[in-house]
Amino acid sequence: MKITIHGGRLIDPANNIDDTLDLHIAEGRIVALGVAPEGFVAEQTINASGQIVCPGLIDLQARLREPGQKQKGTIASESRAAASAGVTTLCCPPDTRPVIDTPAVAEQIRHRAEAIGMARVLPVGALTQNLEGQQLASMQALQSAGCIVMGNARHPIANTLVQRRALEYAATLGLTVFLNSEDPWLASDGCIHEGALSTRLGLAGIPECAEVIAVGRDLMLVEQTGVRAHFGQLSTARAVEMIAEARSRGLAVTADVSAHQLFLTEMDVAEFDSSCHVRPPLRSQRDRDGLRAAVADGAVSAICSDHQPHDRDAKLAPFAATEPGISALETLLPLTLRLVEERVLDLSSAIARLTSGPAAILGLEVGQLGIGAIADICIFDPKHHWRVEEQSLLSHGKNTPFLGWELSGRATTTLLAGRIVHQAK
Amino acid sequence: MSKPNIQLDSNGRLRHFLTTEGLSRQHLTEILDVAESFATVGGKSVKKVPLLRGKTIVNLFFETSTRTRTTFELAATRLSADVQSINIATSATSKGESLLDMLHNLEAMHCDMFVVRHADSGAAHFIAQHVAPHVSVINAGDGRHAHPTQGMLDMFTIRRHKGDFANIKVAIVGDVLHSRVARSEIHALNTLGVGELRIIGPKTLIPPSVNQFGAQVFHDMERGLDGVDVVIMLRLQKERMKGALLPSESEYFTRYGLTEEKLAVAKPDAIVMHPGPINRGVEIASSVADGPQSVILEQVSNGLAVRMAVMSMVLGRQGEKSNGKEG
Repeated sequence: MKITIHGGRLIDPANNIDDTLDLHIAEGRIVALGVAPEGFVAEQTINASGQIVCPGLIDLQARLREPGQKQKGTIASESRAAASAGVTTLCCPPDTRPVIDTPAVAEQIRHRAEAIGMARVLPVGALTQNLEGQQLASMQALQSAGCIVMGNARHPIANTLVQRRALEYAATLGLTVFLNSEDPWLASDGCIHEGALSTRLGLAGIPECAEVIAVGRDLMLVEQTGVRAHFGQLSTARAVEMIAEARSRGLAVTADVSAHQLFLTEMDVAEFDSSCHVRPPLRSQRDRDGLRAAVADGAVSAICSDHQPHDRDAKLAPFAATEPGISALETLLPLTLRLVEERVLDLSSAIARLTSGPAAILGLEVGQLGIGAIADICIFDPKHHWRVEEQSLLSHGKNTPFLGWELSGRATTTLLAGRIVHQAK
Repeated sequence: MSKPNIQLDSNGRLRHFLTTEGLSRQHLTEILDVAESFATVGGKSVKKVPLLRGKTIVNLFFETSTRTRTTFELAATRLSADVQSINIATSATSKGESLLDMLHNLEAMHCDMFVVRHADSGAAHFIAQHVAPHVSVINAGDGRHAHPTQGMLDMFTIRRHKGDFANIKVAIVGDVLHSRVARSEIHALNTLGVGELRIIGPKTLIPPSVNQFGAQVFHDMERGLDGVDVVIMLRLQKERMKGALLPSESEYFTRYGLTEEKLAVAKPDAIVMHPGPINRGVEIASSVADGPQSVILEQVSNGLAVRMAVMSMVLGRQGEKSNGKEG
């Protein structure tokens, strides 16, 4: 299928392009920008005037809930939500049920996602068996089954020796490791940020140092083992400062934050609002500002959704008994664009945090619009104003603290390898 | 803040009683004044008043309790309400889903009020958010969050002995971190305009940022008790030794246990309070618990009057409204 995307403002941070240019696609790849190649006859033309054309978004952490928790979401429902949100590639963490610690589970997810064909789903293999932090998972077998990244989801490895061995072994295989650093003892039974609000509500807190100490430990191990490491969903200003400092010393580490951490703080929990129950917890205003600064200066090179769809019952209980997590795929792009509105960073940098930034972390060729690139493309209308409501979300999970927010920007067309997987009515 | 206070109805009157936080001095003073009027009922030969005749109150206790449950039952009975207590052993399976189902089932039997005790902070708020519009909720203790009737009976006891709050110094001693009673007292004392509020305990048992709640923190008992009018001792659970919060009960008693010697630095007429049940020789010496300055048993009697006051204000409010329409 030959497609021309006509009249849009093309923003491709990887190739430093921001210009009104037509984009021509043939056989799933980008064949030309601007003037069509000789003899190119588009079978379909997409009118993108007044809209922005950018690489398909890459989400470093989104849970699809399949296998294991289909009452919360399925690969079909959540990858459809992804396509509608302009996301063409997403990493699925290994905390499925069963865990992605065998090639069978990784292949099952990949094959199912390919059959549905709405988004590229990259299963993240487990670092340790059943995420228990004791025995290493069969990383080479997982790698052969298509896992390019290993991680232990939000089950940080408590035993420092096991952590060291896991990183050494992953480095042996040339694998990238996703780390969700948190000291399990300091976090213990906490469910919100430790501070004035945890004192007021009488909820067990997770102190800032639970993250900072674990990031410190893991940075040392990364330096020692030489593994390619990425720190996911950091929540504290101190931790991102440590990442920036390590990078300035030449350590090749990267980091992302989830979009909600850039807008919400512990105060949003207010009177036990379970939609704000999330791990890591919403932190202080100072942390939010520090994360924003790190996203702006590039020390944090990706923004992810950390999508966690839930069924209604999961959030219907006293706060600590509810399940943590936010349904976030469909607010990823508009919240990132809101950072531009709030003058945290410019539009091209904002798009970079959702495209070229995460692509570089994963070592993928997608995330850019060069000639010959795979045509994963997101077209969005930055002036489309919409209100986040349960019925406006395609995800099974309606659990978002952004319900009622007025946001701007929504994908109108999404292409996956040159195939239209979403088109707004 | 745009959100309406869940504890108040559209006329600004008490609909639920979930926490002492966020209520005005007027609300808290009204509770104390109404309790004062009930304090005499217990002494009469006819112990009942017909205020809540025809009302059904269900005590839902997800945590075991003897004293609190009994005083709530007695308070309801003395107000002539029908009362039923349900003890639900807390198990891992008693999650929100079944909790909501249970509530809706009880509502279907036309209850007017739930008195709830639950191990999770925020449980009473959660229930109040999901009950039918005609049902009221009283929090009888939720996790570490709040125990507002205990907080108010302590205010009642203090007011009876000390009069005005503005001129007194109050010290709360012990495990503030895990104490819902302390939180309810801190908010109530602040709202009632206490002269000075002190928190005394080891760093392991003092929650972070507690100074933001108008309290001055002391780690030294003698300095903290110096010149205070009211000493509120908190119960120390034995589990605290396991969590590496304290080395031993005896070391705790040596440093923070209230003895006659330590009490001597307080004002000579200082009163000693404890929400009970007390651990003799752990947080308080028997000679103090049973001594002349102790008002611990008086607190228990006052609990009845305060719970009657809160129940009648919350449920009587609806009665007045319909009476008004009829008239």
